[in-house]
Amino acid sequence: MNWISNVVRPRIRSLLTTKPEVPDNMWIKCPETGQMVFYKDLESNQFVVPGSNFHIRMTADTRLKHLFDDACFEKVTVPVVPTDPLKFRDGRRYVDRLRDARSDTSLEDAVIVGAGKLNGQNVVAAVQDFRFMGGSLGMAAGETIITGMMHAVQLKTPFILFTASGGARMQEGILSLMQMPRTTIAVQKLRDNKLPYIVVLTDPTTGGVTASYAMLGDIHIAEPGALICFAGPRVIQQTIREELPEGFQRAEYLLEHGMLDMVVHRHDLRKTLSKLVNLLTVKVNKSSKSEFDSPKDMVLTSKHIGMQNSKIDHSTNRNLATTSLESTSTIGTSEIALTNGLKDSIFHESGSSSSSVISSISETDKKQD
Amino acid sequence: MRTYLDFEKPIAELESKVAELKAISNGDNSTVSIIDDIENLQQKAQQALTDIYAKLTPWQKTQVARHPERPHCTDFINQLVVDFNALAGDRYFAEDTAIIAGIGRLGKRSIVLIGHEKGSDTQGRLKHNFGMARPEGYRKASRLMEMADRFDLPVVTIVDTAGAYPGVGAEERGQAEAIAQSTNRCLLLGVPIISLIVGEGGSGGAVAIAAANQVLMMEHAIYTVASPEAAASILWRDANRAIDAATNMKITAQDLLEMGVVDSIVPEPIGGAHRDRARSIAAAGEVIEAKLAEFSKLSRDEIRQHRHERFLNIGRSL
Repeated sequence: MNWISNVVRPRIRSLLTTKPEVPDNMWIKCPETGQMVFYKDLESNQFVVPGSNFHIRMTADTRLKHLFDDACFEKVTVPVVPTDPLKFRDGRRYVDRLRDARSDTSLEDAVIVGAGKLNGQNVVAAVQDFRFMGGSLGMAAGETIITGMMHAVQLKTPFILFTASGGARMQEGILSLMQMPRTTIAVQKLRDNKLPYIVVLTDPTTGGVTASYAMLGDIHIAEPGALICFAGPRVIQQTIREELPEGFQRAEYLLEHGMLDMVVHRHDLRKTLSKLVNLLTVKVNKSSKSEFDSPKDMVLTSKHIGMQNSKIDHSTNRNLATTSLESTSTIGTSEIALTNGLKDSIFHESGSSSSSVISSISETDKKQD
Repeated sequence: MRTYLDFEKPIAELESKVAELKAISNGDNSTVSIIDDIENLQQKAQQALTDIYAKLTPWQKTQVARHPERPHCTDFINQLVVDFNALAGDRYFAEDTAIIAGIGRLGKRSIVLIGHEKGSDTQGRLKHNFGMARPEGYRKASRLMEMADRFDLPVVTIVDTAGAYPGVGAEERGQAEAIAQSTNRCLLLGVPIISLIVGEGGSGGAVAIAAANQVLMMEHAIYTVASPEAAASILWRDANRAIDAATNMKITAQDLLEMGVVDSIVPEPIGGAHRDRARSIAAAGEVIEAKLAEFSKLSRDEIRQHRHERFLNIGRSL
């Protein structure tokens, strides 16, 4: 019975249902102003609503693609953790919830880690995906963050973390609470090794996540309007039973109260991060001029973003994957393909969780022509 | 007048009868039959107590852990610590009496003690904010841990909180940051830190002073990711389903020992710590002293390493 419900049914379901792809002609409503935006316009604007500047939540994968040079990164493999140690059910079984979250998001759990280049500098970055059970911190997410931080220690690179989480995952009970001290230990390893740890707090970052690694960064950046708190507004309102102040627990409020270093627009995030990483790691520069004023360091061009929307048909993709995987198989997992001359033309699609599928933009473009 | 929990009703009835009979027999030269009756009833009450406490449900344990007469941090200090000097203030903003901290002597050893205090009467509870600390409490804890580290004094923490205080001021002044820094400070220490969860170990507000080399729990204490009420309101948007949350979340000392989250359990007298506070506190004191002795032989690096491995291993072998 277990085997049938755990293995067979999900397989059948995944065969029958296709992934919910966002249709090209979809309109999105701005949660702040109600303005309707064409999905494609939103996508090419890094999910910032053009009129209102409202920052819509991004998926983890998109976030990493926007961070790394040429949208190219290597997904770091993470250890498997025990599933549902509490045998928890809250109306539905936790294993069922997990399975659904996995098939809805194509993620293993709420956090992914990538390694790659940021304006030519090696960095490791982790992202929490709010779609996966509210980005909640459980054993898998905790272990992934620890692995990511230790990966940065191994490669001696800075670590950037994009937080987005409703807090601890109730379904894992105390084991999710234990991720607070566990991840803190990994932060200490970064500090012991004098590696910069930059936290980008995105909407929303709450609970046990805020009260551990999210507030232990060397530098705290937040996206405009992001909700950042320990106890959520609903809980506080229930406790004190009075109106909460305007803008309470939003990024700008935290900046004013000294909890953040800066609030940065998503379009400027990449540039800000690469400047900070550069300043913290390159102690003496070759020249006294800024390297960051050149127009080259811009956000992803629409061409790259169009690529993510995958106009490439899957057969072409697969062919490319096999050919380019050969070239990368000799390269160590850490020193990702950037060494082999493909630097500017390589594009990573992290399709499966175990290995990254690699395809080259220039080659794909030719084939499509 | 003892406070009885709802599931203690049979015990309450028997014990009130005993008290009644005793009052009657006190007046005159009591007859043999009354003395016999008293003895008989006392035995029955004791038996009922033993039976009920042998199989407490997680929700019943939650109630015992919150029992108003349960020994609190101040009781532990008064009985166990000699020459205790409470130290106040976070040096930034305020003094928060939800957390009591200071230096004193446990056995022969000079220690820094930090603990949540819930208060024992209405006035005390208000004064100590029901054991729910604000950022200042956690910053005071961090300050004293840092000091303990410099003077090479071991740290003992008494955990008893429903959670950190959720309020506008607390958020404004960085509740999350204060908790994160306090947890970080625990994990940095080159001196041993031993935590005892006395009643409720609630959420981040507990872990902030419980990232220890050894985490001990009283037999009927609970340790939770969020209080059963909070968990229920997150899971079902209904705080009234706290019983379901408590039942499902594995919050008892016995469950947590099995999962490797807790290192040992301090036994309580039959009927819970509130029935014999002195004996419960003494038992806890003995275990804490024994644990401190174990760690006194280790170097600073070994102590820190031990703590890191202890936490990193949690959940890896489940």
